[in-house]
Amino acid sequence: MSHTLTRPAVAEAPARPRRSRATRRERGVGLSMVAPAVILLLLFLVVPALLGLGLSFTNARLISPEAPRFVGLDNFVRAFTSDPTFVASVRNTVVFALFIVPFQAGLGLVLAILVNQKIRGATAFRVIFFAPVVTSIVVVSVLWKFLYQKEGLVNAAIDWVTFGAWSGADWLNNPSTALGAIIVLSIWQAVGFHMLIWLSGLQTISEELYEAARMDGAGLWRQFTAVTWPGLRSTRVFVLIQITIAALSLFVQVDVMTQGGPMNSTTTLVYHAVRQGFRNQETGYGSALSLIFFAAVILVTLLQAYLTRNKESER
Amino acid sequence: MIASQNRLTRRTLLGAALAAGVGSAAVGCARAGTTSSSDSDGGRTKITMWTHSAGNEGELAVYKQLIADFNASQEQYEVVQESFPQESYNDAITAAATAGDLPVLLDMDGPVMPNWAWAGYIQPLGLDAKITDSLLTTAVGTWKDEIYSAGYWDAALAIFARRSVLEKNGIRIPTLDEPWPIDEFTSALETLKGAGYDTPLDIGAEDTGEWWPYAYSPMLQSAGGDLLDRDTLLSADGLLNGPEAVTFFTWFQEAFAKGYCSNSGTIGNQEFADDKAALAYTGSWNAKAALDTVGEDLLILPPPDFGTGAKIGGGSWQWGISSAATGAQLEGARAYLEFSFQDKYLVAFSDSQIVIPATDSARQASTYFGADGALVPFAELSASAAVLRPATPAYATISTTFETAAKDIMSGADIQSTLDTAVADIDANISSNDGYGASS
Repeated sequence: MSHTLTRPAVAEAPARPRRSRATRRERGVGLSMVAPAVILLLLFLVVPALLGLGLSFTNARLISPEAPRFVGLDNFVRAFTSDPTFVASVRNTVVFALFIVPFQAGLGLVLAILVNQKIRGATAFRVIFFAPVVTSIVVVSVLWKFLYQKEGLVNAAIDWVTFGAWSGADWLNNPSTALGAIIVLSIWQAVGFHMLIWLSGLQTISEELYEAARMDGAGLWRQFTAVTWPGLRSTRVFVLIQITIAALSLFVQVDVMTQGGPMNSTTTLVYHAVRQGFRNQETGYGSALSLIFFAAVILVTLLQAYLTRNKESER
Repeated sequence: MIASQNRLTRRTLLGAALAAGVGSAAVGCARAGTTSSSDSDGGRTKITMWTHSAGNEGELAVYKQLIADFNASQEQYEVVQESFPQESYNDAITAAATAGDLPVLLDMDGPVMPNWAWAGYIQPLGLDAKITDSLLTTAVGTWKDEIYSAGYWDAALAIFARRSVLEKNGIRIPTLDEPWPIDEFTSALETLKGAGYDTPLDIGAEDTGEWWPYAYSPMLQSAGGDLLDRDTLLSADGLLNGPEAVTFFTWFQEAFAKGYCSNSGTIGNQEFADDKAALAYTGSWNAKAALDTVGEDLLILPPPDFGTGAKIGGGSWQWGISSAATGAQLEGARAYLEFSFQDKYLVAFSDSQIVIPATDSARQASTYFGADGALVPFAELSASAAVLRPATPAYATISTTFETAAKDIMSGADIQSTLDTAVADIDANISSNDGYGASS
């Protein structure tokens, strides 16, 4: 399905006329080194994925005295025709991704540029921005659940800033604000990680290029557009795809904070699949939902890869 | 060169991103319980036993004593216990059943039992009828006219209040024979809100999971509705979405809209202890802490009557024998269970867990539920007002569906259409499982 994408890039050694014995041995060593990872991936990723694929076309239950029956495309028909929660899940997942991808990537880049300055205390800021990333997302969600309460810190802060003119909402219990609240917390939690990736990208750009640009009289903005932005091409692709996939697989925050409510305003594809597959014991239907999710992720990723392809090299 | 270098890193990065993403997207969950082989050992037959009590020191201590006593009392069997945390216990059982690795003895939450009996995880208990007849009806689990599980206790819910607060605000103190009719209850809440209580009733809505049907479906039953047609066990139509259900859910929705209760706050009974909530709808397990803080002033009152009398939920953790048990193991399991229903153990559980002992004699001997025990009202409620959740394998679905619907209604969703959707979901689940064999 995606083997062309995940083929490891082999460093292009200068072509030799014949394979020597040493090279063959090297290959053997290489294979034996990669074996543990490949075996584990096969065992815990590929095999379950294939089993899930098979289960999608049955009425398998988590608990049942009867053997699963093949039901063809029933599960998929049910998802698209008679499951309003699924439709809501798709909608919320898309909305979440549309907000998360630009905001998290953009904010991450801004923070990266800020902490990349050669000023005192830049390291301290890096640590501060990165702190939420190493905190468990479950813990973060529980914390924010308290912050978002009607009498919580968020509303107290709003109250204080606006001198009582606006006292905030009951964020997580209001269908029109719940998803927004989760979006804000998610950006805050993961932005540090992407800042770090942007930062590594920034540090690969040679200082000489900036010097040359300054010699040519480029201002800060011009330096950014002519040197920084093109230099971040590969980092950008990685960050975008990484964020998109993470955004599409939103689960923990919903599970901890809202359980999909109020009124399905925060249910997501993965949450719905887990709920149907485990809590409602509909393994077959849950698998079908996971397969739909898998297909959606692959599609979106390929589309992104296509849109961000290197047009230079394809000439 | 630069360009090709660039393309390579891009491809690697793309691959890495995909692998990382797909890896995190794969929802995997496998948990297998391991049990030592239960062969005869030194002439004794090993009886493996699983409990959900990991982390609950008080309960475990009683089990340890009980098992030690039983093992010392005879030469034939040896009970070996393993404990699991409650959150993952059901998963462990499901995984073990799939792997053909079930223990001989296992405990289970009351409403889960029919699902496991239907799935063939457990077999009929086959205990001496003298024992099961002496227990509270809510401590015995029956499915298809067979007893599959029995427990040492039941828990109960009640409204906690302070006598001084009710008297100061001129609110009548209800009794089991004369609970608050819902209108009187609502006006009492209105009075208390006026008296400065921001949220007068802590109804426990910040909790999630099984608490929802356990706490709120008895109110639905009190109004005349139900989770399922208990005669056929095939449909919820007309009960979960009938006029009686709408009556209850309308009250439920308004209670939140008017600020009588809220779903923020902490799980447990802290709001009542701090006198931030005048009334708390909560369980006997919080009663000892409330006694310690409030003392003589504490009232334990029946929940309001929505029309057909006050009702509370019944059915707590109970014991069953897995279908894997045969021969000597099965006899040993029964011998152990019959041994375990002695009053001294029921009293020990009751005193450490603050739960209602399942037999009359143990209730008399217990610290809190005996003749002049401080928590007797719980025992009275449990004996007269407890309703079991419907005994059907569909219960897992009913539970999550009810929770979702009730939460949506709490947030202001349209009541009738939400309930209609819930009924459609439940009925679809039952029919897709061919009625769970209810008709056969």
